[in-house]
Parts: sequence; structure tokens; C-alpha cells
Amino acid sequence: MTAPVLAIDALCKSYGRTVAVDRISFEVRAGEIVGLLGPNGAGKTTTINMVLGVLAPTAGGIRIDGVDLRRERSKALTGTNFAAVYAPLPGNLTVAENLGVFARLYGIRDRERRVGEVLQAFDLVRLRDTKCGVLSSGEQTRAALAKAVLNKPRLLLLDEPTASLDPSSARDVRTRIRDGVRTTDAGALWTSHNMLEVQEVCDRVLFLSRGRILLDGDPRALPAQHGRSTLEELFIAVAREPLSVEDRG
Amino acid sequence: MKLHRVAAIVMRQLYLLRGSPARVLPLFAWVAVDVVLWGFITRFLDRVSGAGFDFVPMLLGAVLLWDYLARVMQGVTMAFFEDVWTRNFLNFFATPLTIAEYVSGLVATSIMTSVVGLLVMVLVARAAFGLSLLAYGPPLAGFLAVLFVFGITLGVLGTAIVLRLGPAAEWLIWPIPALLSPFAGVFYPLSTLPSWMRAVSRALPPSYVFEALREIAAGRMPAPQGLLAGGGLAVAELALAAWVFARVYRHAVRTGLLARYSAETVS
Repeated sequence: MTAPVLAIDALCKSYGRTVAVDRISFEVRAGEIVGLLGPNGAGKTTTINMVLGVLAPTAGGIRIDGVDLRRERSKALTGTNFAAVYAPLPGNLTVAENLGVFARLYGIRDRERRVGEVLQAFDLVRLRDTKCGVLSSGEQTRAALAKAVLNKPRLLLLDEPTASLDPSSARDVRTRIRDGVRTTDAGALWTSHNMLEVQEVCDRVLFLSRGRILLDGDPRALPAQHGRSTLEELFIAVAREPLSVEDRG
Repeated sequence: MKLHRVAAIVMRQLYLLRGSPARVLPLFAWVAVDVVLWGFITRFLDRVSGAGFDFVPMLLGAVLLWDYLARVMQGVTMAFFEDVWTRNFLNFFATPLTIAEYVSGLVATSIMTSVVGLLVMVLVARAAFGLSLLAYGPPLAGFLAVLFVFGITLGVLGTAIVLRLGPAAEWLIWPIPALLSPFAGVFYPLSTLPSWMRAVSRALPPSYVFEALREIAAGRMPAPQGLLAGGGLAVAELALAAWVFARVYRHAVRTGLLARYSAETVS
């Protein structure tokens, strides 16, 4: 059994009396894509922000590739990257300039070559000298994804990565990321509200509700195990009546 | 501290300057206007005073050095505001970048931009009004060092205020040099001030610089203790500003402010 790329142990986040994340524990293993699902406000983005080191947990631990995030933040984040719809690349730099800046931040040695590779991979070569602010939302998403794989991360965090992509681009991105994770033995945490996408991409899903993990399992098998015909039905049940589907095992 | 990460912050600012004349122009345009304006004022004062007193090294020199301090401060705050305006904190601080490296990048950017402003001011003052900064002699190095450190201090403190209070607090930052200038005694001796203002002046490193500058303009060599006290104060206040910034940053990480920083999310 391989060591986990991400190990989360009893993670909590509270804002005063409001508990956003309530003692969750899970792992993401090498070569595995884990879907983090749940209704709005379930704690998905809070969890991702804590893993990215931009939000301090109230309690609990996060280890990335065996490195304690709290104690060795920079080392842990060297092998991590993310893309999120709410974090586009700065619009006042070109695609290539932005990627160049992030290549420096991640300490990539052969920057020119690596930037060229990701531009090619995400069909951004013709947009390399275009300012990110004037790209279409789909192009901005592809630029953010190019940044997300720039440092060949061991842990990739993707918060609704295909939300603004057309179906064709979304499929390409899914394929590229899935293949990338498999071939590099990385791990990925993927949030999405598109249940078909989750079934296609994720090896395992965690259903979050009110900051707690309710369900954990194979997205293709979970619906039947809980008396639902599709993952979307299960999602709706979790969102509306979390107690009725709570995993008591 | 990794230099490649500091360099990344500097590169971002260089890319911004390269791609935008609107960002390059303010580096030297306003300071040049200031020098020209005050140059003519001092020339007029020289003519009407008739006391054989040379206002150029005292007033124009003071304007030039005060503008330099303001440029240093703005070099830090402007670089920071670029990240505020593009809501870039999540992107940056989800990388291995540390807060010390980020602030070092802002300071390095400020060194570059303030040197441009200083050079333009020196050239205009020399060409149009015959003021040579070198006339201040060796203490000039001390003047520039103290004002630089205090400019960085104000910049770091200003960024901490905006990080804590949100982008709307930007308007609090711009007037800081103007608010401090009466206390710093830029244009007049501190003995002119009432005692309560002098108490504030003594806490401001630039006040020691401008007292020394007036000594030189009057043909006397300033006592080194004053400038040394200003330097020591500047370093201590920079350390205090860095501590305040670190506390504000930790608060932003604890409360989630850093991850969702925008005008709407800051209370």
C-alpha cells in the first residue's frame, strides 16, 4: 500500500460558535482522484483552503506527502497546486508572464521549457501573450489549470475546475488531469456539482454536509448502497435530509 | 528565505511596468512636477528675502528628500495594491511563498521604483535650479538611508492596515506622508513647533534628517548623534511594523480573510 499524498486527521474549523468543518479525517492516495461533494456551505472550500495553507485550522492535522503543513508550510506546498473558479490568474499579466511568475514561486528550474509544455497541453500557445483579463472564462480556466500543473504537483486541488468550460473542453481537461494523476502517481482532490463528471473522474467520493463526512465510497456504487438510482439523487438526498443517508458503518 | 520566490514578486511588478505606461509615468512625473514647483518657489524666496540666505538647499533639498521618502512608501504600497486589486492573495499564498519573502519582494520593488524617482528629481533639481545633493556631503548617505528605512516602515504599516481593514482602507494610506510632514519638520526647525508636537517629532526618524539638513544649509556640520538616533529609531520602527504586519497576516489566515479577500468580505 502506497503512502497517502494527503492525510487529514480530525480537521476542524470554527468561526466563533459556527462550525464549518467538524473533525473530518480522510486520505488521498497516490494515483487517486477523490471527489469532495456536498451542498453549498458544506465545508468543501473551507477544507481546500486549509489544505492550501491560506486558512488555519482550529484543530487537527494536515500532512502533504508526509510533510506536516503547519510545521513545514513551504516544503509541503512545493508539491501542491490548485485551480478554482474563484481564483483566476491576475488579469493584468499575460498568460506566459503569469506562468513565469508562478514557475519562479515553485522554484521550477527550466522555466521556459516547462511553461511551453503547459501552454501546449492546455491549448494556450496562441494566447501566451494575451493578458489574462481579456480571455474568455473558458480560456481563463484553462490558464488556471495550466498554472495548477506547472510544478507537476504531488497533490492537486481542483475546486469546480470545469465549471466554465464547454463540454468538449471539459472532457479534454478531465482526460488530461485523470491521465496526469495516474501517470505521475499524484493525488487529486476534486470538487464539482456535476455528478456525471464525478462518476467519470473520481475513484472515490466523500459527501460532506454541515462540515462532516457523511459518506465515503465508490461514486458508481454509492447510490445503490443508499437506495438511490443516481449519484445526483444521492447528492440531493444528502443536501436535503443528511440524517437519512448518513453512513452508520 | 528563497531568492527565487522574492524574484517572482519583483518580476510580477516588472511585467506590470513593462506592459503599462500608465504605471511607469507616475514613477517620475509627479516628483518632477514637485521639484519644478518648489524650485520656482525657492527662487522667488531667494529674490524677495534679500537676506543673503540660500533657500535652495534648505527648501528644495527638503522637498526632494521628503518626496523620496513618499516614493519609497508608495513603492511598497503600490506593489501590494496590485495584488489587492487583482485579488491575487489566494494564488500567491497557496504557493510555498512565505510572508517574509512576499514583503521582501515588495521592498525590492520599492527600491527599484524609488531609485527611478530619486534620479529624476536629482537631475531636474540640478539642471533647472543648480541644486546638487552632493553638496550635503557624507551625511547625505545617512539621510537617504534613514528616509529609506522609514519609507519602508510606512509602506509595511500601510499594507498591514489595508490587509486588516480591506481595500476600502486604501484612502487611509495615501495621506500618511502629508499627515506626518508637519511633525517631521520638513520645512522648518522643530523649535518652531509647540512642545506636544515636538514630542511626536522626536519619534519620527525624518525629523532628525531635516534638522541635520538645515544645519548643513546654514554652513554647520551636524552632530552625528542626531542622525544616529534617527537611524536607530527607523530600524526599531521597521521591526515594529514588521511585527504588526505578521500579526495582521496571522489574523487573516486564522479568520479566512486571506482566502476570500475582497471589499465585500472584510468587516
